[in-house]
Amino acid sequence: MGARLDSAASGTANWVDERTSIGSFVKFIARKVFPDHWSFMLGEIALYSFIVLLISGVFLTAFFVPSMGFVTYDGPLETMQGVEMSEAFASTLHMSFEVPGGLLMRQIHHWAALLFTAAIVTHMARVFFTGAFRKPRELNWLVGFTLMILSLAAGFSGYSLPDDVLSGNGLRIIEGVTRSIPILGEYISYWIFGGEFPGEIIIPRLFTMHILLVPGLILGLIALHLFLVFLHKHTQYPGPGRTHKNVVGLPLFPVYTAKAGGFFFVVFGVIALVAAVFTINPVWNYGPYDPSPVSAGTQPDWYILFVDGALRLMPGWLFDVIPMEWELWGYTLSWNILIPAVIVPGLFFGFLAFYPWIEAWATGDRGEKHVLDRPRNVPVRTGLGVALIIFYVILVLEGANDIIATLFHLSLNDLTLFLRVGIFVLPVLGFLITRRICFGLQRKDRELVLHGKETGRIVRHEHGEYIEVHEPLTEHERWILVSYDDIAPLEIAPEYNERGVRRKGYRWDRFKQRLSRFYFEHRVSPVTPEELESASHAHH
Amino acid sequence: MLFPQIGNMGGDWNTKKFAHTMWRKGTRLARDPDGTLIKASDVTIGSAFHVIPDGLNELEHHRIEEKAKAVVLLVRLDPRDLKIQPGREDWSFDGIVAYSKICTHVGCPVALYEQQTHHLLCPCHQSTFDVADGAKVVFGPAKRPLPQLPIAVDDEGYIVAQSDFHEPIGPSYWTRLKHTSDGLNDSSEGSSH
Repeated sequence: MGARLDSAASGTANWVDERTSIGSFVKFIARKVFPDHWSFMLGEIALYSFIVLLISGVFLTAFFVPSMGFVTYDGPLETMQGVEMSEAFASTLHMSFEVPGGLLMRQIHHWAALLFTAAIVTHMARVFFTGAFRKPRELNWLVGFTLMILSLAAGFSGYSLPDDVLSGNGLRIIEGVTRSIPILGEYISYWIFGGEFPGEIIIPRLFTMHILLVPGLILGLIALHLFLVFLHKHTQYPGPGRTHKNVVGLPLFPVYTAKAGGFFFVVFGVIALVAAVFTINPVWNYGPYDPSPVSAGTQPDWYILFVDGALRLMPGWLFDVIPMEWELWGYTLSWNILIPAVIVPGLFFGFLAFYPWIEAWATGDRGEKHVLDRPRNVPVRTGLGVALIIFYVILVLEGANDIIATLFHLSLNDLTLFLRVGIFVLPVLGFLITRRICFGLQRKDRELVLHGKETGRIVRHEHGEYIEVHEPLTEHERWILVSYDDIAPLEIAPEYNERGVRRKGYRWDRFKQRLSRFYFEHRVSPVTPEELESASHAHH
Repeated sequence: MLFPQIGNMGGDWNTKKFAHTMWRKGTRLARDPDGTLIKASDVTIGSAFHVIPDGLNELEHHRIEEKAKAVVLLVRLDPRDLKIQPGREDWSFDGIVAYSKICTHVGCPVALYEQQTHHLLCPCHQSTFDVADGAKVVFGPAKRPLPQLPIAVDDEGYIVAQSDFHEPIGPSYWTRLKHTSDGLNDSSEGSSH
């Protein structure tokens, strides 16, 4: 039996190989080595939730009708009897209440989307804080960044499809934001909606975007993303024997094939469990889109909250005197919308997209980096990351300010006023405190390397002195603590040469030097072998 | 090749429609959503009505688009609390005022009325408007007051509009002021539906 199975397997493999020459490729892939760390799973979660999205999404398209044509509901839901609604909304109700398993599929799809975006953001944070975006991975950072933006587009376009009151108001906000764009805004609005809001074409357009355009792009970019991971090889955390020139880990087959395959089912299982237990987006409670009603405590999906929060945070009048909407030469410029919904997200995402280059200017380092940073060893980057997160979280909190105010019995207005100040102050504080903590941790690492671990054993010397015995670190432990780059601020050539001629490119160099000083002026250098040597002499 | 395709995506591109709603001289105010008419005597002090123009529910085409522009909030205040805006002395009736329900920020329905403070709150981004004082912004991201719909009472006691709004309702846009001075006081020039 076993022999027959073996020969059948090898026969099939041979048949395929003779026609595709895939054997050597499989061998190459299967023996590819990957380092192991729990934080490398975050991107996997994103990938697997995307697969879940594709599977559940195909099911949903079998029942969803992307049309804004009117029908009168006559399905089983009592509360909607006789209500006029779009076919999109009616088909959403139909698949929720009449198609067996339909509601579960909708819930799986929605929860998977929330997890997809969350996993992408968390994965991105991991890559940021460990410096995995450095050369040669800057391009892959951009690919990942684009995937993150596309996940927002996928999420928002899908969220709008049921054509319910909540998502319809979301679209209306998009329309209002679009209009605020100078000169072209009103035409872009007409272009998106095929005329006046809401029109009859936006749902079909969003549908095509949601099931074809965006997932197609995501699929293609995921392929590119993974191809580049293979090409660059995976980064690794610092550890014994790990350098910028090798990869220490386990082979793709069988170890990671089994792990990843299993992990896919874990992710799918968790999504299915959450979807089976927790209601998400019960559109039948909201009702079909109608431009008139709206209820309090309405929030978009979490990944859009920050834009909504920014819109809430921005005052229409600065200090009640300076209008944030200007009327200049008969034209209207709405800073109160442009700043929170266009400029701030633009700067935020622009900074993220180009961060690898910003840091490369500061380090001036052209080498390839395959060993990850421990976040403490790049205090300014870690501080900036924390500042960005705080900035983002403030916007998210403001996006939920009505819920928070109700929950904690706060004044909604006071909360907003506090966050209006906080958005400027707290990220800076977060940066300073984080950088300080990083320095502290680095100094503790130095202390450990130089003097070893405290053992808690107290020894009394013959002459009466008490000391605590310190145990030196093992070489492996020490490796992790001392193997990081000690980068000094850039030195640049002077502005004028010896003949007094001004040097070209000096200003750019000067900018890079300032940036470099910001990053590396204050730093804690790793323990050198000499320091270690003299410290161990001092002890004995 | 591509330009006619993109060119057709915006419908008729007539963005002047932003500036016109269904309201005309004499259009009666009706309850949202059932369309029953409202008499001045129905509106007690402190009450608020969600209003659509009479005839909206009978529209064959563009009903949602018209509703998205025409919805109004009608409230009655104690006339002593009401600060009448200059130039709008005859736009209200015995403490009854009507304001566009579409937020001047990004267009959500400003649906929450706080009777005690006379404040209208938009639940989307919490722009707050003082109905007693020309629906001026008292908090939040909106900059402009809600446009007021001039109302009167007809012979049968129903509340009617005196004209369309005198400015485009809803969020701002680049040429909004052009549309404001665009003969809007002339209610005969409306949208073509």
